[in-house]
Amino acid sequence: MSDSIKEDKTIDLKGLPCPMPIVKVSKGIKDVAIGQILKAVASDPGALSDFPAWAKTSGNEILKTDQEGDDIIFYIKRLK
Amino acid sequence: MQNLEELEKQIEALKAQMTGFDAKVTGNKLSMIVFSGDLDKALAAFIIGTGAVAMGMEVVMFFTFWGIPILRAPNKNGKNKDIISKMFGWMLPKGASKLKLSKMNMGGAGTAMMTSLMKKKNVASLDQMIELAADLEVKIYVCEMSMDLMGFSREEMMDYPGLTYCGVAKFLEEAMDSKIQLFI
Repeated sequence: MSDSIKEDKTIDLKGLPCPMPIVKVSKGIKDVAIGQILKAVASDPGALSDFPAWAKTSGNEILKTDQEGDDIIFYIKRLK
Repeated sequence: MQNLEELEKQIEALKAQMTGFDAKVTGNKLSMIVFSGDLDKALAAFIIGTGAVAMGMEVVMFFTFWGIPILRAPNKNGKNKDIISKMFGWMLPKGASKLKLSKMNMGGAGTAMMTSLMKKKNVASLDQMIELAADLEVKIYVCEMSMDLMGFSREEMMDYPGLTYCGVAKFLEEAMDSKIQLFI
């Protein structure tokens, strides 16, 4: 990875089906300061469309999305 | 000169109006009527409700008619009921864990299968979803008229923080400044 993003905190959402990943990430984002990065690891395939929708609505930014096996990894920057 | 002052005043008045208008229109709220008493529909209601809180919305759920038994406490009973109220009490599910699927119930076998499948797939139960909703400060209103009609009393309802009894006007007031209104 050339331009790797450094997260400030990681939240494990693996094995959780809808709606828990977004419920938990909406709480988890408050554990990092504005401008910091939260790494969220989910396994629910629905998260691929849910997380961007959540980020857009809640006013946060997904910097990068990775997929490693069943894991879907989001790097989310808290904007407010 | 006078004209200019008048114009300024008008602009100020308009601005004030617009601010009020904005606050009303952009009420970032979801209002939901939970009319059904089926397990699948109640689950959908709570998944949408808790999801909406995660999306930064305020959520109001208004329980009426067949939705009311969802909020019955399994361990509480009403007092001094007449025979019809008692019948409603017997025939309707006593709380969230007693609901049935709207389809494929098959005398309870379908519901039992679905419940065990949900556990296996790590999907939250309805009881857990209600707990989560309480934790996320989802507001719950209960229709007083339906309660009265079916003979349910307040003392047999579950403990939910801030549970409020109301009528249609309260729901409509909430719905008026909500971005989303749902009927389930």
